[in-house]
Amino acid sequence: MSGDDAALLGIRHHGPGSARAVRAALEQLKPDVVLVEGPPEADAVVELAADEQMRPPVALLAHAVDDTSKAAFWPVAEFSPEWVAIRHALERSVPVRFIDLPAAHTFALAAAEEHERESGGDAGGEAAGAEGEGAEGEGGQEHEDGTADVRVDPIGVLAETAGYDDAERWWEDAVEHRVADEGGDALAPFTALADAMGALRERYGDGGHRNDPLREAHMRLRIREAKREFERVAVVCGAWHVPALARRTTVTADRQMLKGLPRTKVEITWVPWTHRRLGMQSGYGAGIASPGWYHHLFTAPDRPVARWMTKVAGLLREEDHPVSSAHVIESVRLAETLAVMRGRPLAGLTEATDAVRSVMCDGSDVPLALVRDRLVVGDDLGEVPDSAPAVPLQRDLARTQRALRLKPEALERDLDLDLRKETDAARSRLLHRLRLLGIDWGEQTRGRNSTGTFRETWRLRWEPELAVRVAEAGVWGTTVASAATAKAQDRAVEAPTLAEVTALAERCLLAELPDALPAVMRVLADRAALDADVGHLAQALPALVRSVRYGDVRGTDSVALREVAEGLAVRVRVGLPPACLGLDADGAREMRRHLDAAHQATGLLEDQPIKDQWAAMLTGLANREGGGDSSPGVSGLLRGRAARLLLDDNRLDTDEAARLMGLAFSPGTAPAEAAAWIEGFLAGGGMLLVHDERLLGLVDAWLTGVPPEAFNDVLPLLRRTFSEFESGVRRTVGELVRRGDAPAPAVGAGAAPSGFAAVPDAARADAVLPVLRLLLGLDTGADPGRDPGGATGGDIGGGPGGDIGDDLDDDPGPPHLRGRSQQAHRPEQSETHVPEGERR
Amino acid sequence: MTTTGTVNGSNEALRPHAEDAFAEELKALAAADDRPRPTRWNLSPWAVATYLLGGALPDGTVITPKYVGPRRIIEVAVTTLATDRALLLLGVPGTAKTWVSEHLAAAVSGDSTLLVQGTAGTPEEAIRYGWNYAQLLAHGPSRDALVPSPVMRAMSEGRIARVEELTRIPADVQDSFITILSEKTLPIPELGEETQAVRGFNVIATANDRDRGVNDLSSALRRRFNTVVLPLPATVEEEVDIVSRRVDQIGRSLELPEVPAGADEIRRVVTVFRELRDGVTGDGRTKVKSPSGTLSTAEAISVVTNGLALAAHFGDGVLRPGDVASGILGAVVRDPAADKVVWQEYLETVVRERDGWKDFYRACRETTAGR
Repeated sequence: MSGDDAALLGIRHHGPGSARAVRAALEQLKPDVVLVEGPPEADAVVELAADEQMRPPVALLAHAVDDTSKAAFWPVAEFSPEWVAIRHALERSVPVRFIDLPAAHTFALAAAEEHERESGGDAGGEAAGAEGEGAEGEGGQEHEDGTADVRVDPIGVLAETAGYDDAERWWEDAVEHRVADEGGDALAPFTALADAMGALRERYGDGGHRNDPLREAHMRLRIREAKREFERVAVVCGAWHVPALARRTTVTADRQMLKGLPRTKVEITWVPWTHRRLGMQSGYGAGIASPGWYHHLFTAPDRPVARWMTKVAGLLREEDHPVSSAHVIESVRLAETLAVMRGRPLAGLTEATDAVRSVMCDGSDVPLALVRDRLVVGDDLGEVPDSAPAVPLQRDLARTQRALRLKPEALERDLDLDLRKETDAARSRLLHRLRLLGIDWGEQTRGRNSTGTFRETWRLRWEPELAVRVAEAGVWGTTVASAATAKAQDRAVEAPTLAEVTALAERCLLAELPDALPAVMRVLADRAALDADVGHLAQALPALVRSVRYGDVRGTDSVALREVAEGLAVRVRVGLPPACLGLDADGAREMRRHLDAAHQATGLLEDQPIKDQWAAMLTGLANREGGGDSSPGVSGLLRGRAARLLLDDNRLDTDEAARLMGLAFSPGTAPAEAAAWIEGFLAGGGMLLVHDERLLGLVDAWLTGVPPEAFNDVLPLLRRTFSEFESGVRRTVGELVRRGDAPAPAVGAGAAPSGFAAVPDAARADAVLPVLRLLLGLDTGADPGRDPGGATGGDIGGGPGGDIGDDLDDDPGPPHLRGRSQQAHRPEQSETHVPEGERR
Repeated sequence: MTTTGTVNGSNEALRPHAEDAFAEELKALAAADDRPRPTRWNLSPWAVATYLLGGALPDGTVITPKYVGPRRIIEVAVTTLATDRALLLLGVPGTAKTWVSEHLAAAVSGDSTLLVQGTAGTPEEAIRYGWNYAQLLAHGPSRDALVPSPVMRAMSEGRIARVEELTRIPADVQDSFITILSEKTLPIPELGEETQAVRGFNVIATANDRDRGVNDLSSALRRRFNTVVLPLPATVEEEVDIVSRRVDQIGRSLELPEVPAGADEIRRVVTVFRELRDGVTGDGRTKVKSPSGTLSTAEAISVVTNGLALAAHFGDGVLRPGDVASGILGAVVRDPAADKVVWQEYLETVVRERDGWKDFYRACRETTAGR
């Protein structure tokens, strides 16, 4: 570090104290050239840092040309010493050069290393990223695997030597909180740190950072090169490297080391970065826990703690926490006294946080989490100028478009995709992924002529602003797939409602993003566990069950999905009965929809215990007390619905159904309540009344017994119920009623409704069978399980929304056949039928 | 003074005060303590923290830890007292609030007896002052006729006053503290005088933050306190340890027949309580809803004790899942509608799947169905 040598400014990446010191040192040194640790490829784009539109946090992004998923980031924030040095130099028109090992080599080395320990299971791609950060300051932490033990965390060692158990705190006390003494030598801190690092390097060598000798050799060569050209040279690099860069070595030795390094072709650009991604929480290698706090320390002109507390108070007030100026004063006092007690030179983040918790947040961690998220980490989003080179995502997209022969055209056009074809499936995936990323190039429309699940129709239109969206989406990743994965994971965390997360899971399947699925599922399971509203859960269930089935069709591993779906079904089942209590008419109607949806979804799950328990729950519901004036009960609509669903599933025989109906129509029940019961019971098909005269008789008897004053009240309900019936059914029911008490029910099997003979004509019935077979596809060998409605044989006339099963019910064929099967019930039926005639 | 007798006779006391029980440690600390002490403090803040958290002194005296938990909490508490803000210790039952408060007072003022026990019937006199009516009638209002409260004495002597269960005190009585804490003075309008607090005075209050039916602090009062929440035991091991130790003690004092304390059942109870309380399973993989009950360590202790009594008197003498199931149900399901769903969900999604919990699941299902 002598005058004729280059000035080596050892720093800690992302340290505001380091940044300040670097600025002071550069002002004192007035160098002719500034050398910064970073990939030399970035020399070409460094000028952009001076651009007006450039706003940190940003990152240098280097990626392999042939494979954009191989990428490394060098993030810098406003308080990063590197950024300070770059800006300082550019403002004074001093050239800036990056001197680290070229990314071309780092990538190639990482690839080779990855190849080497393929079996070891180390994530090679990430290793390249972490290497790129220059892990000197905080390395060691992120490589928890095999290599971790040999790596040295220099700051940790120094902190331990100084008697600190926390490396971060030692660094804060020793470096970040140092108040630069006015007029002193701005280089003094660097000399001290260099000495300390020198001692460390003597003891630990390269500390297990494998590529360090190579990188340092390259840096030395670049420094020598600069020294030949310029007089005063300043080098900003990780403090760890300083001793190695100061060492005297021969040019030939350094050249020798770098000889024959593998290389790949790389491109480099600036991308916007966020404070959140600088933070450790996001799992990125940059590894600072509190970028927002550092930013504050760097930008606050004076009294950092007092200013910080004021910021915190402002945030809490925005969120409606009553925080007064007195609180701020007390927090500052507490933080400063705590610092004295802990023997620290200045109150740090720990003291500030303790004080905020105790004074402003009433000891609670809940508002504190907000402070941590919004201020300590922070929401800052960087910007890069438009002139920055294209992000790799754009390239990846262009390449995929070419490969799939899918040109971006401004003209709107429709695209039919047959997902059974390889290319079309890939196209569909691409479009789904882009939609997840907010790049709405294609919009899915309803197919013209096909309802098959293997067809998709898209309307494509490439708008110019989509290019901007692509650039924005570049933050999420370097390929369409990885960006969509990251975005999906993020959206899952941010999604406000449970149903949105389930929809997202479905989209992840459509877009084939298996890596995003575990994260989405996790969020889904957590949300489901905490959501107390059964409605939300029931809404989420159908999409999820669809996803499970869809995943099966696509051969995706959907075990996790199925587990979540089953868990959700259990929660709905447990939560439903209490949720049905004490609802008003609108609430009950809403709940009926949930009940239907959840019932259908549960039916599609292939888990018998779950189905059995679901049926048990329905039975309980059907037998519940109706609502009274004093106690909240279950609305008739829901009880009737539960009875109907059970009946449709053959879990309730008609006798029991008749008993329940009789109960619902007992004289004590309010007419409106009974009408609601009918609505629930008969919704989605009235064939039941045609086939079972006993039920019809009960309805009829009740209806005629409704007192005139109440009749006007129940009329709308009844009208709604019966208007939903098919016209044929309505007519039949009407005819049956008009026929009135005509057929005196005889004892035995002789009783037959009008239009039916006493004994079925087997020959005529058999004549229908071939047609029926044809309709059901029983002989053709087609897969009857393809359609969910058709597959569940018990779903006779049941499912809302009229699937194939419904249509068949109204076919004149099956009723006739069913009339046969119902013969079995006839004997008992005739007994209860008697009173009907009397009442009339 | 009525309290002096017990202080002197501490050797025979059933439960000696902290300052007597740990007199040796306090003396050693005071001798070794060379840091600046706030006025009328017996020890420096650093030494007070060491007294509570434990450590070794240069002269070899070992200070036993009085509080096992995060260091941060004690540091904030001590610092609060040094900044003349009042300290509010919050926590669910069984988190050592009173214990910490007593030791803090003992270490700072050497006196933990200036205590106001908060109850629904605590009168204003207990916080301000009362009158000796015989004196009052005989000689008229004067300082002699005045009976100072512990708080008033602490103010005039510059010591720490303690208030237990602050939130149980009726709201209007609570508000007497506002003047004391903000103006640091206690007016005596009857005499036209006031008692001003001298340096060293401060208040440590404890309150239960999840108890129902308490008088919540007014924001005016709350603003005068720095709040420290004492956490529940950090790990299962710690909590299991606390529960088994207490169950053992209680069992002996209630003279329950010896029952081989089922370590497995205790662990199970603690696990259930922790999971429901934290809203996440022990492995951190599944979230669960939290019921409205507190589910404190103290309740876990009572559930196990109950179970032991059941097993001893009506069972086969071994603590079985069935013995604790109904106790757990009672502790968890406080609100019959909402909590029952929470509990059933927990049973179906967590307990049912767990290895070795079959018996417990069955026992719980039976108990739950019976309700």
